[in-house]
Amino acid sequence: MVMAASETKFHVLAVDDTLIDRKLIEKLLKTSSYQVTAVDSGTKALEFLGLNNNDHHDVEVNLIITDYCMPGMTGYDLLRKIKESSSFKDIPVVTMSSDNIPSRINRCLEDGAEEFFLKPVQLSDVNKLRPHLMKRRTQTNVNKRKAMDEIVSPDRTRARYNELEVK
Amino acid sequence: MEVGQMQRRLVDYTKSLFMEGFLDAQFLQLQQLQDESNPDFVVEVVSLFFDDSEKLLNDLTMALDQPNVDFKKVDAHVHQLKGSSSSIGAQRVKNACIAFRSFCEEQNIDATLRCLQQVKQEYYLVKNKLETMLRLEQQIVAAGGSIPMIELGF
Repeated sequence: MVMAASETKFHVLAVDDTLIDRKLIEKLLKTSSYQVTAVDSGTKALEFLGLNNNDHHDVEVNLIITDYCMPGMTGYDLLRKIKESSSFKDIPVVTMSSDNIPSRINRCLEDGAEEFFLKPVQLSDVNKLRPHLMKRRTQTNVNKRKAMDEIVSPDRTRARYNELEVK
Repeated sequence: MEVGQMQRRLVDYTKSLFMEGFLDAQFLQLQQLQDESNPDFVVEVVSLFFDDSEKLLNDLTMALDQPNVDFKKVDAHVHQLKGSSSSIGAQRVKNACIAFRSFCEEQNIDATLRCLQQVKQEYYLVKNKLETMLRLEQQIVAAGGSIPMIELGF
């Protein structure tokens, strides 16, 4: 099934071990017109993405927002796993924490998190997600178009998009 | 009592909860998130907070009652309670948890026991206040009125 990219809602995967915070982040995201899947652990997040099995996965996730302090796999561990995965490293990841620890915040941002939100997360924080999502969507569309054009003629800009380093 | 009177009583009551520090701006955020698609949002979140807190307070009581207190475990529970109270805007509970955590770090058994009493007290106070507030809201809705939005100066 093919859907026009501009018509589908962005799909956000929210990860938080606390039920209250899951409910809150889900409401904040839905209020901002995102489609939301909320899971309670990093392991479940990876399962949802399809990282833990070799089956072809149909789910498309446009952004992952994760709590930092979680038992077992922390949000940082999850961030690392996503960024080390060839299939998912381009999905923007946002981390959240109720603790304001600069070294923790810096580490996440340095290792690939787009943003770090302090809890309780506000609607104004959720508004900061859209640019990260729009940037990715434009890039994906360009890659698709380029792939289709490949047969026709070489293009000077194609190499640039293929090698674009995503930060 | 007619609806207008009930609404005024609710507004005054809710304002007093903010003035006395029981609730902070985060609670307002919850109220603002509530809409027709989810008219019971605040009640649901508050109920989750009650369930979560009561379990945590039990766990804390047990953890501090051990011959060899595992302060890491105690701190983990307090951290969670601090998180959930912060998420719903239960300011005094959150502040009591912050103090609690610093004594956990010191591994001070007497101080942490006192903190537990303090947190319990703040929790039961805010629980009582929230239940009263929600009951007032219910009465207004039952009488066909709408819940007034609180505007605060800060």
